[in-house]
Amino acid sequence: MPEITYREAVRDALGTALRRDEDVFVMGEDIAEMGGSMGVTQGLLDEFGPERVRNTPISEMAIVGAGIGAAMAGMRPVVEIMYEDFLTLSLEQIVNQAAKHRYMSGGQLKIPLTIRTQGGAGWSPGAQHAQQLEAWLVHVPGLKVVYPSTPEDVRGLLWSAIYDDNPVIVFEHRLLYPVRGEVAEELEPIPIGKSRVLREGNDVTVIATGPLVHHALKAAAEAEADGISVEVVDPRTLQPLDEEGLVASVKKTNRAVIAHEAVTRMGFGAEVAAVLQYQAFDWLDAPIERVGSKFAPLAFAPVMEQFVVPQVEDVLAAIRRTVGK
Amino acid sequence: MAKVEKKRALGEETLREFLREMLLIRRFEERVEERFRAGELPGFLHVAIGQEATAVGVCQAMEEGDIFASTHRAHGHTLARGTHPNNVMAELYGKIEGCSHGYGGSMHLYDVERGNYGANAVIGGGLPAVTGAGLAFRLRDEPRVAVAFFGDGTTNIGTFHESLNLAQLWRTKTVFVCENNHWAESTPGWQHSPVWDDMSKRALAYDMRARKVDGQDVEAVYEAALDALEYAREGRGPVFLDVRTYRMHGHYIGDPQVYRSKEDREDAAEHDPIPRLRERLGLSDDEFQALDEEAVGVVDAATEFAKNGTDPQPEDALKNVYA
Repeated sequence: MPEITYREAVRDALGTALRRDEDVFVMGEDIAEMGGSMGVTQGLLDEFGPERVRNTPISEMAIVGAGIGAAMAGMRPVVEIMYEDFLTLSLEQIVNQAAKHRYMSGGQLKIPLTIRTQGGAGWSPGAQHAQQLEAWLVHVPGLKVVYPSTPEDVRGLLWSAIYDDNPVIVFEHRLLYPVRGEVAEELEPIPIGKSRVLREGNDVTVIATGPLVHHALKAAAEAEADGISVEVVDPRTLQPLDEEGLVASVKKTNRAVIAHEAVTRMGFGAEVAAVLQYQAFDWLDAPIERVGSKFAPLAFAPVMEQFVVPQVEDVLAAIRRTVGK
Repeated sequence: MAKVEKKRALGEETLREFLREMLLIRRFEERVEERFRAGELPGFLHVAIGQEATAVGVCQAMEEGDIFASTHRAHGHTLARGTHPNNVMAELYGKIEGCSHGYGGSMHLYDVERGNYGANAVIGGGLPAVTGAGLAFRLRDEPRVAVAFFGDGTTNIGTFHESLNLAQLWRTKTVFVCENNHWAESTPGWQHSPVWDDMSKRALAYDMRARKVDGQDVEAVYEAALDALEYAREGRGPVFLDVRTYRMHGHYIGDPQVYRSKEDREDAAEHDPIPRLRERLGLSDDEFQALDEEAVGVVDAATEFAKNGTDPQPEDALKNVYA
C-alpha cells in the first residue's frame, strides 16, 4: 500500500473526481496558479485548466453561493474557503441557503455541494486564522459535516462528500497536511456517518477528532505503560453522528474521554457527552471527561497559544482521571 | 433584427394575455390580503401590488429551461411563470398541494419544474446562486439563463456586489432584475443609496451591461427582458435591468405605512400598470370587466382549492431535511 500525505490525499480525491466527471469543478481563492494557500490544489490547474480549477475573487459569500447555484443546476462543485475563520463570511449562504433549499422547496431541489475548509492552531497565526468552528455547523439541520484525521479517511470522505446529494462541509486541519499514512492503491469511498476505531482497548474510550486523534493515540501509548488500556475512536463524520459506534465502544470500556481542538464550552463534545450519558448511563463507571481549548481566542505568543490548545498531556490526564490512576 | 421582430410580434392578443396575467396577480394578491386579515393565512406576507408589469414582462420573456430566484415578494413572479394559482394559494394555506408542499410559505415559493428555484427571505440571498447557475449554464454550454429578482434595497448588501462582480468577471448567463420601487421596507431610496434613482450605475461600476426600464409599461419590460435574456443566452455576459416600479401597498400585509406620505401613495397609485395597459389596448368597460371577472373566478377557485387542501402531518416536518 502506498504511503501519501494528508495533503496529497485531498488532491488525489479532487483530481480523480475532476478526471472522471465533467460535472465536478473546484473554485476558491488562490487555488489555481498558486495551488492553494496550503498547496492542496497544486498541479490541478495544469491538468484541468482554468475553467475547472477556478480562481475566485476574495468573495466568500459568492464563492459558496455560486457553488449552490451550480449545484442546483446539476453540477457537483467543490468550493474552498481558505480558512475556517473566513467561513463566517459565508455563513448566510451555508446556513440559510445551502442547508434549507431542499427543505423549503418541499424536496424539489438538491444541493450536491462540497465546501472544503481548514483551520487549526499550533503555528501562532493569532486569533483569526486558526479557529475550529465545526460546532457551529453541526447545529444546522440540512448540512453534513466531516472532519477526517488521516490521509485514507480524508480521501475517501472527500470523495463521498462530492458524490453526496447534500451540502457537505469538509474540515481539514493545517497541521495534518504533512501527516503521512497508508492508503489503498485505488481510491476507496468511505461512507459518511461511520466512525472508526483506530486502537482497541478495554478501560476507557477516547472519542477524538482531527489532530486530537493523533494526540489520543500518543496518550494511549503512554497510558499503556501504566497498564491502562485505551480505545481510540474517531467519529470522522460529525453530522450525521455514528451514535451506535460510539455508544458500543463506551459500553465496552465503561469510560469516555471526548477530545477536540475546538473550545470545550458548547463544543461538539458536549453533544457527544449527552448522547453517551443517555444511551450508556448504566454502563458508565466515571464521569465523562472533555478535552478541548480553554475559553479564550487564540493568542499569538506561542506559550499562550500552547496553553489554550489541548496537548497530548491533557488527553492523558483526562484518561487518568476516568480510571482513577 | 430578431429583437425588433419579437417586439413586433407582441400583438394585441399577446398584450391581452399579459393583461389577463396582471389582473390575475392583482386579484390574487388582493385576496391574499383579505384572507390574511380574516385570520385564515398564517405567517408573514408581502404583496407586490403595483409591480405586476415587471413580473409579467420578465417572466413572459423567459424560455423553458430558464430559471429564476425571487424574493419575499414572490407571488407575482411565481404566477407569471406559470405555477397554477391553486398551488400558489394552497402553499399560502400551508397545504400539501402547495407549490412547496407546505414547507415554504409565501416567502419560499418554489416550482422547480417551471424554473422557480426559490423565493428568498434573506435580502440578496439568492443572487450568488443565480450567478452560479449562470456559470453552470456557460460551463455546460446550455442555452439557458438564470434570472434574479431583487429590490433596490438589495443593492446595499454584500451578496449583491460579490455576485455582480463574479457574474461579469466570468460572463455568466445571468440577468439581474432590480425591481426598483424606491422603498427598502420603510426606508426610502434617498435614505439608503446615493444612486437610488438610477441603480444602473451600480452595474456600470462592474462594467456590466445595464439598462433602465419603465417598470409600469409591460411592453417595455418585456422588450428589455427579451433583449437581456438573448444577450446572456448567447454567452455575451450578464445584464442588469433597473426596472423603475411602484409599490402601491405597504412592505407587508398590515403595514400602516406611518413612514409614507399621502402624496407618495397617491403618486404610486397614479402609476398603476393595469389601467395603463387597458388604455393601450383601448378596452371598453365591458371588455375589461369580462377579463376582470375571469381573473376573480380563477382566484375564487384557487381559494376554494386551497381551503379544501390537505394538511401535512406534523411529523412530515422531519422529511426533506436531507436528499
